[in-house]
Amino acid sequence: MTETATGPAPSVTGTPLVVMRNINVAFGGVHAVRNVTIDLYPGEVVGLVGGNGAGKSTLTKVLSGAQRADSGEIVINGTTVQITNPRDAKAYGIETIYQTLALADNLDAPANLFLGRELTTRLGNLDDDRMEDATRKVMGRLNPNFHRFTTPVVSLSGGQRQAVAIARAVYFNAKILIMDEPTAALGPAETAQVRNLVRQLKSEGIGILLISHDIHDVYDLADRVSVMYHGEIVDTVNKHDVSTDDILGMIILGKKPGDVTQKELEQLELRG
Amino acid sequence: MTDVAGTSVGTGTVPESGGRPSIADLIRATEIDLRLFGMVLALVLIWIGLGLANPVILEPVNFLTFSVQAASTAVIATGMVLVIVSRNIDLSVGSVVGLIGMGYAVFMANIVPTTIGLGNPFGWLIALALGIAFGALIGAFQGFLIAYAEIPSFVVTLGGLLGFRGLIWQFSGGTTVAPNLPTFNLLGGGPEGSLGGIWAWLLGAIISVAAVLLLLNARRTRRKYGFPLRPIWAETAIAIVSVAVVLAGVYVANAYHWPPGLATTYAQAHGITEPAGGLQIEAGIPIPLLIVIAVTIGMTFLSTRRRFGRDIFAYGGNPVAAELAGINTKWVVMRTFILMGILCAISAAIASARLNGGTLDLGTGYELYVIAAAVIGGTSFAGGIGTIPGAILGALVVQSLQYGLGFIGFNSPQVNMVAAVVLVAVVGIDSWNRRRAR
Repeated sequence: MTETATGPAPSVTGTPLVVMRNINVAFGGVHAVRNVTIDLYPGEVVGLVGGNGAGKSTLTKVLSGAQRADSGEIVINGTTVQITNPRDAKAYGIETIYQTLALADNLDAPANLFLGRELTTRLGNLDDDRMEDATRKVMGRLNPNFHRFTTPVVSLSGGQRQAVAIARAVYFNAKILIMDEPTAALGPAETAQVRNLVRQLKSEGIGILLISHDIHDVYDLADRVSVMYHGEIVDTVNKHDVSTDDILGMIILGKKPGDVTQKELEQLELRG
Repeated sequence: MTDVAGTSVGTGTVPESGGRPSIADLIRATEIDLRLFGMVLALVLIWIGLGLANPVILEPVNFLTFSVQAASTAVIATGMVLVIVSRNIDLSVGSVVGLIGMGYAVFMANIVPTTIGLGNPFGWLIALALGIAFGALIGAFQGFLIAYAEIPSFVVTLGGLLGFRGLIWQFSGGTTVAPNLPTFNLLGGGPEGSLGGIWAWLLGAIISVAAVLLLLNARRTRRKYGFPLRPIWAETAIAIVSVAVVLAGVYVANAYHWPPGLATTYAQAHGITEPAGGLQIEAGIPIPLLIVIAVTIGMTFLSTRRRFGRDIFAYGGNPVAAELAGINTKWVVMRTFILMGILCAISAAIASARLNGGTLDLGTGYELYVIAAAVIGGTSFAGGIGTIPGAILGALVVQSLQYGLGFIGFNSPQVNMVAAVVLVAVVGIDSWNRRRAR
């Protein structure tokens, strides 16, 4: 038995928050995402795993509006929607924390938090004081030791920068949160912080799509795991039905656990 | 948790440990940009040096001539900051100034007499409005090629530098076109194109009061939210220095009186009997300087208080992040060039008004002065960094060298050599400073 994530067991019934159906993306001759279908329910964490170039990032970029799909359908709360740019995605409550964090290094934390969605006064001027106030409140929740609200984020530590990127998603009441390698650049303490945050957001009913290289990260946090291999979904499994080794096998071999031959398994054992 | 903001109220940023605070610490407490402070200091040093070499240069009339000469490049430098901040460059400004300047002259010398009439009191305003529209159109054209056709700005505006200068010759038939409307020429300054005497003092008073009110208002809002505040002494010092600078500026401007001949003509025209020693009329603030002040305030507002400015800086700091944040980055870039065209039109008005017409070489070499002004003023070619007041100070430094060194007897090639050394040295020191700060 493995440790279960906190909160109630996911209810994979009712209306999914989001369904991406038969998504295809090709760059020139390279079919980066091929006929992929995944879904995500409220209060659920779905881990999206796969090797380098498996198509994880491209798939999530389709959902966050940074990449247009060649074909396929996105259904949010039962309604088919068109997401053609990041603004559309945000309007549907989809927030993304990019691996690169997507921060403007020359601007301070409040300016980054409100980037593209600034608070303004009645005359349409930037209301920097109100934005700083809101930033102080949301950062007080995420990282109470953070005080550098008027320095450019370039001079912040990796964890602080991450906190700013996460604050952006939290402040705008994300319903669907995409986290691309959220702990890749963090130390152990900060990683633990992010994990706690994921559990907290999940308990608030937010659906989280978690992309990670770190199998243990995913296994610890996710309810279900979708494995991608060469642009296709190998399988989506309930975490409790498989072991980390099964997932590793799917990532490396691109086959479901039952389809793996004894010989392949031996090779994997040798490599491991 | 929520009292995080409240805990440090009033302590400011002066470090409490380590005994007496250094001068740098004191300046930091006022939250003044150290870099801008250094530039003001450099400017003062330049003028002290010039004054030692030839005290005559410190007479008020020279400050006025100097500031009017700096005006037309300073106006464009404020726009160049935003262009460079968004990782582009505009090499075409000199030719655009020349083209619009020629446009003003052709309009006023050839078109106005047969259409709206030379006596029309709004003639100058119509000319200016057409010029600004023309500038916006040129900017939109270049901006479209850069933002939407994705041709590098260096290439597009290099084409503009060559092409628009050629167009000036086509447009004018290869000759100087003159004269301008007399009312238009007031935009170029001179004794009559100045806000003199009591009006200058009034303007100085308004600006002083506005500055103090802005400071008070900023402090009040910060207190309302419970943010850390500047120490009272720092606020007071800033207020006193701002007001002193404004009033000193007005005093210097008013210290220059109309030349006797002009004053006599004026007295005769208005039926005033001249007192012994001639009629003393305070010249006051030249209109070009008023334009620079207005443009500086407007552009600072645009770049720091409006979404457009925030978008430019975000794009310059990280184009991908700006795109992912949902900012329409292409439109932002195109608008910076439209703005640049408008500023070129304003600059062209000042420059051609001083010449009373359009010449073939108007604006030649502006691109170099303007880019130098922006860069000396702290604008970084890496994008995302630069300030409007910095560019104005940069323009003053460049013009101080041009005007001042010329005044004390350097010839033009020597002035250029000095300016070159200053440009490279300033940028060198700056990037060394930034590396150290990392």
